[in-house]
Amino acid sequence: MLTIPCPFCGDRDEAEFRYGGEAQQEVPPSGASDGAWSDYLFHRDNPKGLMHERWCHSYGCNQWFQVVRDTVTHRVHAVYQVGQPAPIADEIDVGDVDGVAAKSRG
Amino acid sequence: MRGYSFSTVFGRALRGHRRWPPAWRSGEPGRSYDVVVVGGGGHGLATAYYLAKQHGITNVAVLEKGWLGGGNTGRNTQVTRSNYFWPQSAAFFERSLELYEGLSRELNFNVMLSQRGILTLAHSHHEMEALRRWTNAIRINGIDSDVLTPAEIGKLVPLLNLDARFPVHGGFIQRRGGISRHDAVAWGYARAAGTLGVTLVEQCEVTGFEIDHGRVTGVSTNRGSIAADRVCLCVAGHTSVLAAKAGFRVPITSMALQAMVSEPLKPCLDTVVLSPVIHMYVSQSDRGELVIGGGADAYNSYAQRGGVPLLEENLAALIELFPAFSRLKLMRQWAGIVDITPDTTPIMGPTPVGNLYVSGGWGTGGYKAIPAGGETMAHTIAHDAPHPLIADFGLDRFETGALIDEGAASGVSH
Repeated sequence: MLTIPCPFCGDRDEAEFRYGGEAQQEVPPSGASDGAWSDYLFHRDNPKGLMHERWCHSYGCNQWFQVVRDTVTHRVHAVYQVGQPAPIADEIDVGDVDGVAAKSRG
Repeated sequence: MRGYSFSTVFGRALRGHRRWPPAWRSGEPGRSYDVVVVGGGGHGLATAYYLAKQHGITNVAVLEKGWLGGGNTGRNTQVTRSNYFWPQSAAFFERSLELYEGLSRELNFNVMLSQRGILTLAHSHHEMEALRRWTNAIRINGIDSDVLTPAEIGKLVPLLNLDARFPVHGGFIQRRGGISRHDAVAWGYARAAGTLGVTLVEQCEVTGFEIDHGRVTGVSTNRGSIAADRVCLCVAGHTSVLAAKAGFRVPITSMALQAMVSEPLKPCLDTVVLSPVIHMYVSQSDRGELVIGGGADAYNSYAQRGGVPLLEENLAALIELFPAFSRLKLMRQWAGIVDITPDTTPIMGPTPVGNLYVSGGWGTGGYKAIPAGGETMAHTIAHDAPHPLIADFGLDRFETGALIDEGAASGVSH
């Protein structure tokens, strides 16, 4: 069971959220090649480890935001708003289990 | 290796079942192979078996990072069926079911195929309409399926509550569908492949690829480098991880698909019952346990454990449809990491790297595809051209747009 810290409402149960998949998919310019569109629409990094992803607090404030979560431990390491720069992976303290930034009950 | 027969079992029984030889032998990795198959699950083992059996390519190694059949092959719920919507999927999965029907004899290993039928339920008038359309498509594809009325369903599955919160409006059944023993499929292919000269290496994890001028020439592993003319990835949920090491991306999302079993019961359910809309399917194993499954967890995961919200959803649906099961205890719950594609159709064939092939994107339904997956991949590797049955399953469909949007693939929407 995940506890996801919504940047607007605070810690909430995963049942209140809708998942939006990988973040930072950039829309290709019009006239881009089929390959570029295929990459944007279908291909994913699907990382094993830290992943930047979108969540929507659909049963709360209904706002989309972005989360850095570990896909192996399910631990949430950071939360940031859409449009803000993503936390750099090297600066995320993945060992910090009890801190404010780590909010998951596995 | 001596085959299994009534006389060998009887003879061993008289001697107290002592000194049975191992069913297969785990080997040491050699220096070079014609084909290296990455992943010792059902698909990897079947691919190696058919390479040796049908194409005479026996200088083959199967590299498994854990133990044979220890990933999704040992974690799935054993459902075997071919009730797909689109002609390409139907032809492929029907071939797989045909191979399953003769598999125990082919492998000299009892895979315990039980064609007890798979019953899909509809809970509203509109669902029933969609289900009739699905049934018609299956029949046009030449595969057996019959629409059943609620009364017929009640007779077939007496424990089912037809007037539940989600009332049963009808359903359809593929009578040739059913279950088989998943471990036996892995062990049977391992034993048969090993007998034909394939090297099975356990505890050998592929950590990278050796690529020369855009063509793969070998793999690096935790047990040293291995040269290979051709390499095939059969790694299910880890397809993206290995593809990244080879330098390309795939349209795959890895998610946890969970399943669970109850305590054993006396026989009470002799068909597989599936409800796509309320996310539950259940069958009873030969040991008497109810095997229960549903949809995949909503978010990317490599954790091999399922989340509680979905477990609760599965069990709520089960108890609603089968009130008699409400007092049962669960014995085990687990998850496998499934490789879901945007159109829920597998990805099979060549990759952007020369001589590197992929058999992945099996999503929530790879077990039933093991025999045909192995047969068609072996053909594809041996001829360096896709087998006709999988010609439409290539990676290039995500660029051409020729997707095979198989909503029936999982049976349970996800």
